[in-house]
Amino acid sequence: MSQSSATATVEQTSVQWRALCSRADLVANSGVVAWVDGAQVALFYLPDETRGKQLYAVDNRDPKSGANVIGRGIVGSLAGDLVIAAPLYKQHYRLEDGSCLEYPEQQLRTWPVRLQGDRVEIGLS
Amino acid sequence: MNSTDTSTDQQRLIIIGNGMVGHHCVEQLIERGALAQYRVHVFSEEPLRAYDRVHLSEYFTGRDAESLALSGAELYQTPGVTLHLGVPVLEIDRERREVITAEGSFPYDQLVLASGSYPFVPPIEGAEGDSRLVYRTLADLDTIQAAAKSARRGVVVGGGLLGLEAANALKSLGLEAHVVEFAPRLMPVQLDDHGGLALKAQIEALGVSVHLSRGTQSVTPGSEYRYRMNFAGEEFLETDLIVFSAGIRPQDAIAKQCGLELGPRGGVAIDSQCRTSDPAIYAIGECAAWNGGIFGLVAPGYQMARSVATQLCGEDSEPFMGADMSTKLKLLGVDVGSIGDAHGATAGSRSYRFIDEATSSYRRLVVSADGKQAIGAVLVGDNSYYDTLLQYVQNGIKLPADPSCLILPQGEGAPALGADALPDTATICSCHNVSKGAICAAIDGGCGDLAGLKSATRAATGCGGCSALLKQVFEHELTARGVVVDKSLCEHFAYTRQELYGIVRVEGIESFEALLAKHGRGHVGCDICKPAVGSILASCWNRSITDPALVPLQDTNDTFMANMQKNGTYSVVPRIPGGEITPDGLLAIGAVAKKYDLYTKITGGQRIDLFGAQLHELPDIWAELIAAGFETGHAYGKSLRTVKSCVGSTWCRYGVQDSVGMALLLEDRYKGLRSPHKIKFAVSGCTRECAEAQSKDVGVIATENGWNLYVAGNGGMRPRHAELFATDLDDETLIRYIDRFLMFYVRTADRLQRTSVWRESLDGGLDYLKEVIIHDSLNLAAELEAQMQLVIDRYECEWANTLKDPEKLKRFRTFVNQQGGDPDIQFVEERGQRRPVRADELALIPLFEEVV
Repeated sequence: MSQSSATATVEQTSVQWRALCSRADLVANSGVVAWVDGAQVALFYLPDETRGKQLYAVDNRDPKSGANVIGRGIVGSLAGDLVIAAPLYKQHYRLEDGSCLEYPEQQLRTWPVRLQGDRVEIGLS
Repeated sequence: MNSTDTSTDQQRLIIIGNGMVGHHCVEQLIERGALAQYRVHVFSEEPLRAYDRVHLSEYFTGRDAESLALSGAELYQTPGVTLHLGVPVLEIDRERREVITAEGSFPYDQLVLASGSYPFVPPIEGAEGDSRLVYRTLADLDTIQAAAKSARRGVVVGGGLLGLEAANALKSLGLEAHVVEFAPRLMPVQLDDHGGLALKAQIEALGVSVHLSRGTQSVTPGSEYRYRMNFAGEEFLETDLIVFSAGIRPQDAIAKQCGLELGPRGGVAIDSQCRTSDPAIYAIGECAAWNGGIFGLVAPGYQMARSVATQLCGEDSEPFMGADMSTKLKLLGVDVGSIGDAHGATAGSRSYRFIDEATSSYRRLVVSADGKQAIGAVLVGDNSYYDTLLQYVQNGIKLPADPSCLILPQGEGAPALGADALPDTATICSCHNVSKGAICAAIDGGCGDLAGLKSATRAATGCGGCSALLKQVFEHELTARGVVVDKSLCEHFAYTRQELYGIVRVEGIESFEALLAKHGRGHVGCDICKPAVGSILASCWNRSITDPALVPLQDTNDTFMANMQKNGTYSVVPRIPGGEITPDGLLAIGAVAKKYDLYTKITGGQRIDLFGAQLHELPDIWAELIAAGFETGHAYGKSLRTVKSCVGSTWCRYGVQDSVGMALLLEDRYKGLRSPHKIKFAVSGCTRECAEAQSKDVGVIATENGWNLYVAGNGGMRPRHAELFATDLDDETLIRYIDRFLMFYVRTADRLQRTSVWRESLDGGLDYLKEVIIHDSLNLAAELEAQMQLVIDRYECEWANTLKDPEKLKRFRTFVNQQGGDPDIQFVEERGQRRPVRADELALIPLFEEVV
């Protein structure tokens, strides 16, 4: 069964896909963190998501606290956007683009990410 | 203005006095932007910043100086404002425009006198020390409290408003309280003869003796008590202390000394602009005499403060033209109200009176000679008539055909003056002069809740007497605007927490998805509804929170069963029931802390908190703690935290019951109970209360005959003393009541609402709670007990459960694709332990990447 979820970023020819972990490492409707060349990437997995993407990758570093904790927040949906609530001060970031609902100056880096069968892959440019 | 430093252009404004009125003036000045023009110095004789004198007697029933303070300390740290506490002004040099204090002299351009008043003590031979106490400042209250320690009986001289307040204070100190009044009735200024009689009857029924028409001639040593007060004739009264509350006198000494004009009966004479005879000096509050009269209430003082603040800011101010002296009070628990011309002194006025000798209630309505307008009223026993009557008097609303219906017992078709009948000009809050129009404007401006409305308009933030009316106006206006007050939990559930709890229970729902699908919107939820529903599911069914379907609902603390700290590490708290621990237990915790290099601190709940663990270390730490016999302490959960205890009768010479044994029993019973917010218990072995049970959600205090149960106390940000709920209970009844109390709280409280706030929100208050829990008025007791039993039966240590399951342990990895921890987490050593590095220390530490 093919579970690839193509994204717009795939079109960028310079993207290189690298395997991070397996689907079994993910936690449904919640987050885990992977180490990618010195960066910490929080991966959120929403297996029941039928319309949008099932997998998101954003920076694990919380700009407000400076701690690497975003992967341990609660996933939610606010006004139609999928968001992650930072666990220390509860501000929200959109999973789609990493923008912050409460503090426009804060921004999380995002990466393209996909499932190739049971393999989780991140797109590095 | 080409300079940012305007200090040389700024005028110097000095305010003498930091009582309620002086403080209000400062607040008004800041609010109106006066700091752009003035540098303000405030001098106060008292060592504390302004506090609420109206509620002074609450000092003896649990409130401390800080909670009585009218503002946070930060107000007086506003740049441009300097508060000199404990620095009386000794002299005013009007020639040089300087005030002279022990700290030196300070020049002024404008001066505001807000020095207030002092209690009048009639010259009585022999009155000194504890027979000459007064009741005005917190320092006075400390003196009264000290004197009361060795006293049985206390007398207040003065049966006016303040005297009765003072009598209440003596009563709450546990003294037999007496009131001695010179006039033939209580509250001679506000009440008429019938009102005074009714009040006397009610107060005496509460155990306070009232002695009228008594003038104290002298005080001599007593035979049964310390002092004897000798009245005219051979009459006397013995007592251990005497508090004088016979009236106030304006604090006008420095004004007199510098030659300011005084009123005929004292007080600094002011005009309608609150200006004294020196145009650079204003006087406000109880030190000021307008038209020869002193206003001893807070509302007129605030009015003067506002007027001066507006003038100083160069705005137009409303002239002060006297003040409405209407008052609504609860004295010793008895409602007393006085409006306008209470005595019917206006020529040609006529009165309607209602006298109920059975309940000692009294109401009088004074109407104008033509019978068309209400001009005054007196109420004793029931102030529910007050708001309506005040509106009739203040706004000149035309009286109904039969005015007597306004004071007749309600329920006989009396037309209540609804919020809609009030004109926009009607004053709702007289302390802050807020009209109905201003409230409507705030609602139109988007104020959607009562708390927001209060902070926006300041209505009901003075004496608080208008809160009920404000709520009425607010709700009426919302309804008029077609607004339904939205109590939805979040955008996914159009229900309150209580409603969701009911749905989960009744329909037996056991998952978030099922609840969302059936009763919610969308299919994801958010960080508000997920933990709230997670908590409800746990309270109802107590399935392990580590269940894969429940994990995504939890806050990080519940997910990883530890408390996240600022740098992303966790702290670990093993359960130490009742604070009892063996030396081996201590050694085991010490060994774990040492091995994992954890910062160690004793908690307020008699446990040990181990800080600085990384995610991947938690399972190893817990494996060792569990092997040593510990289980999870739920310090991370909205659940039962600790049951604190003293050593009780086992060791203590005063103990009357085994408090540790009871604490162990309770902690074992309720550990793991998920609730709307955290719950803390304490058990004390005797009335000395060393476990501080009265500051807990559930407090148990041993008596000779069993246990006294206290509920709904709180420490922390908003301290609240727990209330005595039931006395001399045996073990079994105690536990039954606690079962019911906790489950009723879990069932009806709001999300993240502690028992203290929940209890205050209950209609009917403590009595209602007693009805439900003790007398089972809702026929719920058996159900609540059964629900509690289910939770108890399903208890299991969440950490033990997790360690058994490799799948669950997979979550405790910092990185899914690499072992080890987060290299950004760094510590430095301080006082022999490690702590998180601060941002400003980072540069000093060579950065390195952990080799794994």
